[in-house]
Amino acid sequence: MAVIEQPDDKIESSLAAWWRHFRYVVSENPVTLFAFCLFGMFVFLAFFGPWIVPFDPLASDTSSALQPPSWKHWFGTDNLGRDVFSRVIVATRLDFMIAFSAVALSFVIGSVLGCLSGYYGGWTDRIVGRSVDTIMAFPLFVLAMGIVAALGNTVENIVYATAIINLPFYTRVARAEVNIRRQAGFVDAAKLAGNSDARLLTFHLYPNILPPMMVQVSLNLGWAILNAAGLSFIGLGVRPPSPEWGIMVAEGATFIVSGQWWLALFPGAALMLAVFCFNLLGDGLRDLIDPQRRT
Amino acid sequence: MTDTSDIPLLAIKDLTVEFKTRSGVVEALHEVGFEVHKREMVGVVGESGSGKSVTAYTVMGILDRAGRATGGSANFGGFEMIGARERDLRELRGREASMIFQSPRTALNPIRKVGAQIEDVLLQHTQVHHRDVKQKAIDLLAQVRILRPEQRYHAYPYELSGGMCQRVMIAIALACEPALLIADEPTTGLDVTTQKATMDIVRDLTSARNMAAILITHDLGLAARYCQRIVVMQSGEVVESAPTDVLFSDPQHPYTKKLIQATPRPDSRLEDLSDVAKDDERVSAATASTELEVEGEAPPLLEVRGLVKEYPLHETAERRRVMDRILRPNLTPSPSVFRAVDAIDFVVGSGESVGLVGESGCGKSTTSSMVTRLLDPTEGTILFDGEDIGAIPARKFARHPLRAAIQMVFQDPTESLNPRFSAFDAIAEPLRRLGAPMDRTSLAHTIEELATMVGLPTELLTRFPHQLSGGQKARVGIARAIALRPKLLILDEPTSALDVSVQAVVLLLLDRLRRELGMTYIFVSHDLNVVRLLCDRVIVMNEGRIVETGKASELLTNPKEDYTRALVEAIPHFGQSEGMPTLEGSVA
Repeated sequence: MAVIEQPDDKIESSLAAWWRHFRYVVSENPVTLFAFCLFGMFVFLAFFGPWIVPFDPLASDTSSALQPPSWKHWFGTDNLGRDVFSRVIVATRLDFMIAFSAVALSFVIGSVLGCLSGYYGGWTDRIVGRSVDTIMAFPLFVLAMGIVAALGNTVENIVYATAIINLPFYTRVARAEVNIRRQAGFVDAAKLAGNSDARLLTFHLYPNILPPMMVQVSLNLGWAILNAAGLSFIGLGVRPPSPEWGIMVAEGATFIVSGQWWLALFPGAALMLAVFCFNLLGDGLRDLIDPQRRT
Repeated sequence: MTDTSDIPLLAIKDLTVEFKTRSGVVEALHEVGFEVHKREMVGVVGESGSGKSVTAYTVMGILDRAGRATGGSANFGGFEMIGARERDLRELRGREASMIFQSPRTALNPIRKVGAQIEDVLLQHTQVHHRDVKQKAIDLLAQVRILRPEQRYHAYPYELSGGMCQRVMIAIALACEPALLIADEPTTGLDVTTQKATMDIVRDLTSARNMAAILITHDLGLAARYCQRIVVMQSGEVVESAPTDVLFSDPQHPYTKKLIQATPRPDSRLEDLSDVAKDDERVSAATASTELEVEGEAPPLLEVRGLVKEYPLHETAERRRVMDRILRPNLTPSPSVFRAVDAIDFVVGSGESVGLVGESGCGKSTTSSMVTRLLDPTEGTILFDGEDIGAIPARKFARHPLRAAIQMVFQDPTESLNPRFSAFDAIAEPLRRLGAPMDRTSLAHTIEELATMVGLPTELLTRFPHQLSGGQKARVGIARAIALRPKLLILDEPTSALDVSVQAVVLLLLDRLRRELGMTYIFVSHDLNVVRLLCDRVIVMNEGRIVETGKASELLTNPKEDYTRALVEAIPHFGQSEGMPTLEGSVA
């Protein structure tokens, strides 16, 4: 992302520098390396999952229902005889799509609102601040449930609901970060160089608040995945039979009492691993974005 | 005054300290050794990175975890400090040896009353009874010459000025009557008059208690005024150590000579500094003809008339004012606004260099912000080349054609550079926004020219601010300011964050640029010696008003107003006797 801010005259060399910096950050911290590897695996599965899975995730086969994990069905089969492994893999795409679009949406809107209220202060700040407080006043998951229930039970509405409940965090981080830099010398210097307020915010202040925002993004991604899965779990949003971790856990939960643990365990583990990966990724992303870490 | 008793209170010998960093182990101190005797104040002098603070931290055992003393000893009254157990050291710190730090405001706990913070130390180390501890704390506040100590006992650090906070720190440091006080840059960031008051307190109290003190400073003048012996450090080594008068009359080491030469004195001239700059090959110190061509009757470039800036007072003050009016109606109401700049007039001639001098809070920065059109004046006119630019709102001025004509060099070279912009981009920014459109190659060419002009090696242009040294960052800031060839350049303490030798180079550079480009300077500073080197005329401000105006040479050698005199006399420099007249009233 920082590459975009570079002068556009030496794209190749700045890309190379970017790559070198990435390798440095990763080699510096093995946890970051692990997180990036995990993330890379998830992204790979999200893109190519449907082509690499051994079974059709939607094809039911009642003759082989509720089989425990075996060499043929690594994660076992569910009550309709569908392969749990294939379903867990294919679900990655849907879950990541929901999480990414929701976080991207709240990141963009939140940082714009936060920058404006942090930079201008006064009434802008009061209006934005109080609106955001209103969102925060609700229990967030209940608010998301309400939004999906009101707007209709679709995947898009899950994205909107997740975006809305995450908005306050981005707005607040962006506001605070812009506010402390508003009086900095480099902002005055940029004004002297003839930058308008809009330019100053976009090209001078905004890039400087990216590192803390990135940490927020990463933590939030895990949270958004949980949120989407949670909504599906209680029957909102994604509907069966489409493979999705939340629904799979919900469906599998009924079978745990009867001993078929694999139905809920594997999608739950995938969910956990994804959240874990995003939480670890935060620090690495910050190091990557922060120019102070460049050598 | 020097005590020649044989056993030193603190004897540091061959002290070597290493730091673990990302790029391997770095030796911060190399066999440092000096002694401190009873009733003696020793100055440890050097530029940033010379290891003066590391020495003190190592002796006190408060080095951070990456650092480690690998050799040597520090014997404090028979007790070996290096490698001592943390428990023993903790007992020693505060009671036997204490320390005051650079930024008093951050060293004090912001949410506790200062009185309570003094009591903490008393209760921790000595057997003062709970019943007497408050009285003792108030006594200490009185000893550091804080007026109305009973009331100030209840003050929080934010309610006190920087100088006051440092006095509280001194009170804390001296609370347990230690034998040694280490003062680490105790007056950085304080005004000269406050600095003098603070250092006088340190000197008087330490000598009254037969204490020894170590003064760590980058300011040779300050060390010269207060210390009996001076230790000069350079990159982790002691290069010279001598009694103060001997050091200044007969410096032995070339580095000491260089430092002495780079420090501006009341009688030094720019040419004197050029010897320092010779080390810096990139600056061609062509200061032969410093005779300034502008004499008096230059056409005015900037004319300021009746300039006022008012700020609304704090809400609680406003509330108190309303209450006052209700409860005491016959009292004259106090003003609801604070006048930071109070109806000032001045003229700056084309090609002139004018110094704007005063202590912090005198309104000099507010004035310069209004002139640069970053801040809107409440009243008054700012005529620039005959046009009233004060009437144009600051927000609209970014698009005004005169924007390019007024530029500024900022005080803090680090803070004024965008951490995400390389040096190249920082310099290119004004050209891209305000300059004539040019293609990429000619832009690169122009920037390389600018870099050469300010003595910045062109290979450093791709670097980011954190990869540059302080002096290099200052040069980037200057290059950026002159990129548009402004008519008026405002310099807001451009050298205050720099070491003296770098300061000398930057001053020479600024002087050369002015002559080459024919710019007009407004030089905002609190350092009168520096102002005198660069300015033809000086404007002295106090409490938002202009106190005195005059030719730099005359005003600083023969000030007419008391305030100016106090300001001039508070500057510490070497070759000066003790017992200067003080300025008690205005700092207490």
